[in-house]
Amino acid sequence: MAVISYREALNQAMREEMERDPNVFVMGEEVGHYNGAYKVTQGLLQRFSERRIVDAPIAEMGFAGIGVGAAMVGLRPIIEFMTFNFSLVAIDQIVNNAAKIFQMSGGQYNIPIVFRGPSGPAVQVGSQHSQALESYYAHVPGLKVVMPSTALDAKGLLKSAIRDDNPVVFMEGETLYNTTWEVPDSASGDDLIPIGVADIKRVGKDITLIAWSKMVWTCLDAAKQLAEEGIECEVVDPRTLRPLDVETLAASVNKTGRCVIVEIGWPVAGFGAEVAYQMQRHCMDALDAPIERVTSDDVPMPYAKNLEDEVQPQVKDIVAAVKRALYLE
Amino acid sequence: MGMVRAVVTASMTTPDSKRVEHDDHQELVETTPEELAPLYRQMLAIRRLEEASAKAYSQGKIGGFLHLIIGQEAVCVGAIAALEKKDYVVATYREHGHAYAKGVAARPILAELYGKKTGCVKGLGGSMHIFDKATNFLGGYGIVGGHVPIAAGAAFASKYRGDGAVTLCFFGEGASTIGGFAEGLALAALWKLPVVLICENNQYSMGTPLYRSLAVEDVSLRALAHGMARDRFDGDDVVKVKRRIAEAVERARTTGEPTLVEVITYRFRGHSMSDPGLYRTKDEVEEWKRRDPLNRCRQRLLDVGMIDADLAALEDDVKAEIEDAVKFAEESPAADEYKKYVVKGQ
Amino acid sequence: MAQILGLPKLSPTMEEGVLVRWTRKEGDKVSPGDLIAEVETDKANMDFNVEDEGVLLKLLVKEGDTVKLGAPVAIIGKAGEDVSALVEQAKQAGAAAPAPAAVAAPKPVASAAAPTEPKITAPAQAKAPATPPPSPRPAASGARPAAREPQIAQAPTAKLLASPLAKTLAIELGLDLRTIQGSGPGGRIVERDVRQAADGVGSSSTTGNGHASDAATAEAATGHADEAAAPTQALAVRHARQLVPDAAGDFEDLPASNMRKRIAARLTEAKRDIPHFYLMRKLDAAPLLAFRARLNELLGDRGKVSVNDLVIKAVALALRRVPECNASWEGDVIRYYHRVHVGVAVAIEDGLVTPVVRDADQKGIGAIAAEVKDLAERAKKRGLKGHEITGSTFTVSNLGMLGIERFTAILNPPEAGILAIGATVDEPVVVKDQVVPGKRLTVTMSCDHRVIDGALGARWLQAFAELFEKPESLAL
Repeated sequence: MAVISYREALNQAMREEMERDPNVFVMGEEVGHYNGAYKVTQGLLQRFSERRIVDAPIAEMGFAGIGVGAAMVGLRPIIEFMTFNFSLVAIDQIVNNAAKIFQMSGGQYNIPIVFRGPSGPAVQVGSQHSQALESYYAHVPGLKVVMPSTALDAKGLLKSAIRDDNPVVFMEGETLYNTTWEVPDSASGDDLIPIGVADIKRVGKDITLIAWSKMVWTCLDAAKQLAEEGIECEVVDPRTLRPLDVETLAASVNKTGRCVIVEIGWPVAGFGAEVAYQMQRHCMDALDAPIERVTSDDVPMPYAKNLEDEVQPQVKDIVAAVKRALYLE
Repeated sequence: MGMVRAVVTASMTTPDSKRVEHDDHQELVETTPEELAPLYRQMLAIRRLEEASAKAYSQGKIGGFLHLIIGQEAVCVGAIAALEKKDYVVATYREHGHAYAKGVAARPILAELYGKKTGCVKGLGGSMHIFDKATNFLGGYGIVGGHVPIAAGAAFASKYRGDGAVTLCFFGEGASTIGGFAEGLALAALWKLPVVLICENNQYSMGTPLYRSLAVEDVSLRALAHGMARDRFDGDDVVKVKRRIAEAVERARTTGEPTLVEVITYRFRGHSMSDPGLYRTKDEVEEWKRRDPLNRCRQRLLDVGMIDADLAALEDDVKAEIEDAVKFAEESPAADEYKKYVVKGQ
Repeated sequence: MAQILGLPKLSPTMEEGVLVRWTRKEGDKVSPGDLIAEVETDKANMDFNVEDEGVLLKLLVKEGDTVKLGAPVAIIGKAGEDVSALVEQAKQAGAAAPAPAAVAAPKPVASAAAPTEPKITAPAQAKAPATPPPSPRPAASGARPAAREPQIAQAPTAKLLASPLAKTLAIELGLDLRTIQGSGPGGRIVERDVRQAADGVGSSSTTGNGHASDAATAEAATGHADEAAAPTQALAVRHARQLVPDAAGDFEDLPASNMRKRIAARLTEAKRDIPHFYLMRKLDAAPLLAFRARLNELLGDRGKVSVNDLVIKAVALALRRVPECNASWEGDVIRYYHRVHVGVAVAIEDGLVTPVVRDADQKGIGAIAAEVKDLAERAKKRGLKGHEITGSTFTVSNLGMLGIERFTAILNPPEAGILAIGATVDEPVVVKDQVVPGKRLTVTMSCDHRVIDGALGARWLQAFAELFEKPESLAL
């Protein structure tokens, strides 16, 4: 076991999978010679050739579609979006092609492609660069949507995503790249983490916090603070949004009787709304309070730091929601 | 009684200049009955297949959108005749002819249009989404230009693996303005991908004639911006199409470089079955019908030595094939499975 | 042969058309694609093209006529054909309803109440008093109050508000909600109100021992019961160990710990309610032991695989081969699980706990060994998490290391099967008519007869035996 960064974990996952399977290749802007806009693909060009680490010009629709075509005929592309904000340029390829070709072809062609990149707000990068769009992709049948919160999850899940025979939208946390976690090294096995399985990041009996990606960390901070007041939070990380591990989430809410969903995206039709539906559907009798939800404000992200902090969910917002659910205002 | 029709005279140039005289229709390419007969047979079968589909559609047996290739058969048949089995074809929603030419049989194509279980994609795709892995037919697509990067991707894979396969990508001139085409073209040129991008310019994007969509009507010129090889010719003679596309295919196979080819052609029917066709005159359509490449091919076949009896036998054979396919489609069971092919391994 | 031409569908939503103008006349020869008429539809004036080869023998409608979709408009056939029968047929058809080939325009769907305001209906309550919906909460996110709170329409005057959990709890504790004061918004009765009311009334669950009730402390290893009852279980009470010696000193009573109470309740219920039967097999353990030795040789100091680890894998794969045994009796239905989660009985101080190896059929032997080792260690330290001791679909119990040759295990409800593993014994065995030394291990399968019959259980045991005695198949 070693403590490595989330960035390093992704790098290792890609490196190991590329060594294992010659059909895996990486394509995106600045992935090769620049060593990755966020250094996630650092060193891969030196290890593999330009044939397998392909620098693309600014043409997301083009290279996302090239990935789909290559996947159809047997390669396993990893298409990097510099950020998922730019995936909107290519969304036709993801939603109309990658997600649907398996069905449109009556099962003849499957698309073993991974679309990966950072998602969600960074720091002060303005409204066009700060979006959390997971609900757009989680909405679409035919796609899998994975959002790891820790380096451990990132490595195991990226490997699973690369080996999956379906299109996987793999959304990393822009502000998570430097976080570290203990990760088993490859010598002790493949350490794949299955897609579609949630993880309990913290056990607690009083209330369930459901969050993914960066918000897991914020919830853990909130839980620490609440523990000092004797409130024990259980933090459940779905890790995969589609397919959602409703079983594990519901088991937790049925145990604690209270639920706060925390997401960094916008509220209206955000993925947390789907989670809330599932929880009320399966846990109605166990609920002591309505399901709470903490999201970013329903506004495009402003630039100024103080405004950005006001818009995004903070520990105090989660603490307040927890106390509301416990009738402890 | 009836409405006054707005008539738009089509031309290949701006309204106040003369019509461009393209390639001499009388130019004859050397061929033999052995080469030409199978090409004619394919064109005829496609023609009959499309007519049968139109009839079924008007009877309510085919639903949704139906886009017919009638009038343009020489292009898909000629071009695909230049390929090997391992080569890939990616096409649009007007792709029944391309699928047939690549080797997909009439039965599964028609059954698919009828929404039956025996359709080539089990009734899940319909007219716009014919796919057949056995013949490397990588699909019909509904989003204009969205399939061009996919074709570039198949070519990318061929180059990656060094397997020598070539990809043909068919699209209309209406696609030449959209981002997917532009990006696919740019990347194919930049990375030298073994793809032949074939623009079937039938001079109308739905109801919009060429001069109202493109500032410069020569689609093939776009290749110049990317240093890519290009070609442009009249698609009225199936053997000429085959020869010219074969050059581009050879280029892709030996040097790995792409080509942008524009083939001028004409569709006799509307954009789809719900197109009232008010944007061109009946006279114009009749003029092009008189030069039907199918008839031209038939005459040529007789001219190069096929005897009447053999030709009649060939045509009867086609008739029987399509009638059989219609019967098959009518009698096949309805599609019944739609959850099985959403996620592989589910 | 002549045929009737019906009015075709010239636009997706067309139901009828006006035949504006015939462009051909009776007797004209036509080919596929030829225009024969103009038809005015709901969308535009469309061309009516024929798709057949032949002669237009009869035009059945006049210019200006309105024709329904599919109704006969013309007859096409060979020159000179007699079509009087068809004309008659067309007259009948024209008078009747439109041809079935016509596709009707979609009717507007009778919509449920359009959601202008969410109407919350009161849930039906069989036992507890009728409870109208909770009072509206502001839809704020985080600490920011919503700028504009949705005005939720309320049902007519609410008498009693209680959360679903409070209601369930009140039923379980036998309390009347009407006697409880609610501390939630709008006077909603919530869990703590019910618990406080329960404490105030006094507990009837103990027999006179004082007990330290510590609602904030739940024993980590006790969350084994089904999820719906979990809230009451969360109020696990830790009893102080108090010895109550009798005057003569002949015995002493130790209060039963929560774990013992739970084991008592569950296993009594299992033995009482489930029709158990038992199947035994004696297996040749030599190949498995050799396989294990080889695996451990390869692992070196990176880990250790035990016989039990291999048994767990064999059980899991056997459940894939005979999935009917991966099931539970649910009253009206038998539940067949799609995934295989194997419970592993682990003895700990004062009791027994059953951590679960999830998806054991998918995991490698090394992974199972590492996982079981970790679970067992943490079990002994009472460090297992709730989700780690629930959800098993079949259980394995091994007393071989304690010298037991053979035993029958009690089913772990709601599972339908449990496999008891005995010790490996050296004994004389018959091989090819010779008596030779052998290593034998006896397994006993306890089955729930409501789900598993003898033949089915035997089939499963056969599958298990095959995997056990040819252990290389565990790697497949």
